[in-house]
Amino acid sequence: MTLRRAIFLAAVATLCAWVLVPIYLIMLGAIGGEATVNAWPKPFWPITWSLAALRQFMNIAGVWQSTLYSVEAASLCMVIAIALGAPAGYALARYRFRGATGFRLFVLLTRAFPVAILALPLAVSFIRLGLYDSPIGVGLMHSVLAMPFAVLISASLFQAIPRELEEAAWIFGCSGPGAFFRVVLPLALPGITATAIFAFVISWNEVFAASVLTVRHRTLTAYLLTVLSESPLHTQFAGGFILIVPSVLFILLVRRQLFSMWGIASR
Amino acid sequence: MAAIVIDHIGMRFGGTVALDDISLTVADGELVALLGPSGCGKTTLLRIIAGLQTETSGRVLIGERDMSGIPPRRRGLAMVFQNYAVFPHMRVRDNIAFGLRMTGAAAARIERQVARAAGLLHIEPLLDRYPAQLSGGQRQRVAVARALAVEPAVMLMDEPLSNLDALLRLEMRADLKTVLREAGTTTLYVTHDQTEAMGLADRIAVMAQGRIDQVASPSDIYRYPATRFVAGFLGTPPMNFLALPVMDGAVALGNVRLAAPAGATPVVLGVRPEDLVASTELEGFAFTTQVTEPLGAHTLLTGQAEGGLLRVIVPPDLRPAAGSVLFLRPHLDRLSWFDPASGAALEHTA
Repeated sequence: MTLRRAIFLAAVATLCAWVLVPIYLIMLGAIGGEATVNAWPKPFWPITWSLAALRQFMNIAGVWQSTLYSVEAASLCMVIAIALGAPAGYALARYRFRGATGFRLFVLLTRAFPVAILALPLAVSFIRLGLYDSPIGVGLMHSVLAMPFAVLISASLFQAIPRELEEAAWIFGCSGPGAFFRVVLPLALPGITATAIFAFVISWNEVFAASVLTVRHRTLTAYLLTVLSESPLHTQFAGGFILIVPSVLFILLVRRQLFSMWGIASR
Repeated sequence: MAAIVIDHIGMRFGGTVALDDISLTVADGELVALLGPSGCGKTTLLRIIAGLQTETSGRVLIGERDMSGIPPRRRGLAMVFQNYAVFPHMRVRDNIAFGLRMTGAAAARIERQVARAAGLLHIEPLLDRYPAQLSGGQRQRVAVARALAVEPAVMLMDEPLSNLDALLRLEMRADLKTVLREAGTTTLYVTHDQTEAMGLADRIAVMAQGRIDQVASPSDIYRYPATRFVAGFLGTPPMNFLALPVMDGAVALGNVRLAAPAGATPVVLGVRPEDLVASTELEGFAFTTQVTEPLGAHTLLTGQAEGGLLRVIVPPDLRPAAGSVLFLRPHLDRLSWFDPASGAALEHTA
C-alpha cells in the first residue's frame, strides 16, 4: 500500500467517523436505556436493549402533531424553493441578462442577515398577515433560507447540461418548453431532486426561526427544544435520534436514485 | 427534397462583422462543404440556416420557402452536431426515434425508420444501450442516424468528424459518403479539414473572414483557386508562392522563362509541391535543401529558392542531404498567378 493510498484511506475513515460516531452515540443513548446513558466509559453495545425511551418519547403529548407541522413546513419550503429556485437557476445558466452577477450576489445576501435580526420584524409582519404561529409561515421563512442554495445549485446543474442538447431538441421538432421538459428537465432531475431534499432537510432541522414564529403550532424541532429540556437524558437522546432518522433515510434513498439513473455508473 | 438558397446573409456581433453578405445555393440533393479556418464564420452560417441564430440581414430559403422567423422545428431539416449532442437519458433507439416521435409518426413507421437508419450506420447491436455506454465514434453514428431517420429535406452537419481520432474519421468519412449519397439529401457540411471537404463534397465553398472566397468542385478548386488564400488552404503541403519581378512581360525562374499575365509588375507565382520536377541536372531553377522528410509514398523537401521558401514532393528514393542543391522545373501547364496586393488569381495556365 502506498503512502498516498494510506493517507486517502485515513481521510475517508476520519470523515466517516466524523459523521457516524455522533449518530452512533445518539442511537446508543436512545435504545440503551438509562443505564447506558449514564455509564462511563461508554460501552460499545447498549447495556440493556429497550425501545422504552423511544416509545416514551413518541407518547409525549403533541409530538405527532408537531411532526405533522414540521412535514407541512418542510414540504412548503421544498416546493417554493424548487418552484422559484429552479427557474431562476435556469435563467442564470442559459441567458445573459443585465445584472446577472448582481442577482447571484443578491440571492446570497438573503443569508447575510442573521435570522435573529429578522425575527422580530418578521414576527410582527406575520402577525399582521395572519401567518404567525402557523406551519405555513414557518415554511415561508424556511424557503427564504433554502432559496440561495436552490438557485445556485440548480444554476450549476443547468449549466452542466450542454446547450447543444437543447438545440438538438429544437431541431428535431421541440418547441422551447418542449425541449426543456423532454431533454433538460430529465437530465437535471436527479440534481433537482437532491436540491429539493436539501431544502426539506434545511427546514426540518431549522429551530430558531421556527421557535420565534410559533407559539402553539410548533414544528418538531422547536417543540422538542421546549419539551426536552425538562426530560430525562435518555428521552433527549431518543428525541435526537428520531430527528436524525428522516434526514438519513432521505439521503440514502436519494443517493441510490442519483447513482442508478440512465446507466451512468457514477458522477 | 429541397434546395438551400442563402441570399445575401449578413451577421454582426456588436461592431464585428461575422458574415459579410454571403450568397450560396446548395442544389437539391447536392453536398456542399463549407470549408474554412476556425473563426471564419462557417458555423455561424450553418446555425443561421438551422434557425439557431438570427441573421442581421438577408434571408435563407429552403425549398423556395422563406425561413425568416421560422423556428428550427418547422424548417424541415436535421442537424449533426460537432459534440454529437446525443440525448444521454434516452436509449440509442429512442434517440434515433426522437425526431419522428415529435412529428407524431405511426409506431410502425418509427420502428421501420429506426431499423433502417441503424442499419445504414451499422449500429443495430447498440439500439438498447445508453449513450454513456458508447464510444465517441458510436455516439457520432447515433447522431447521424438520428438525423437520417427523419428523412430530412435538408441535412446540416457541423464538423461531425472532428472529435474522432484519425483512423475512425477515415472510416466514418467513407460511410458518411455512402449513406448521404444513398439518401440523396441536400447537405451542407461544415468542416475545417480540407481532406474531408475534398473527399465528401460535390462542391466546396471556401470561407475566410466572413466571406466566401470561391465555390467550385473539389478538382476545380484545387486546380483553379480563385485567391491566394484558397490556394494555400487546400492541399497538404500547401501551394508554394514565389514573389517574382516581371521584366518585359516575363518572369525568369533560373533558365526557365515564363510569360507573366498581362499588366502585372511584381507577381506571385503559385505552384503546388507535386508540380515541381527535381533533378540534379542544370535545368530549371536552383533549390537549396534544408529539410528532407521521407514519408513513405514520397519524400517531402523543404528549402530555399529564388523568391522564397519552397516545398517539393519528390520520389521516395530521392533523399538529398541538407544543404545540397537541386534543380527544379515546374509543370508549365499547372501554374497559377496571383496579384501580390489583392491575392486574387490573375491567370491559371492550362
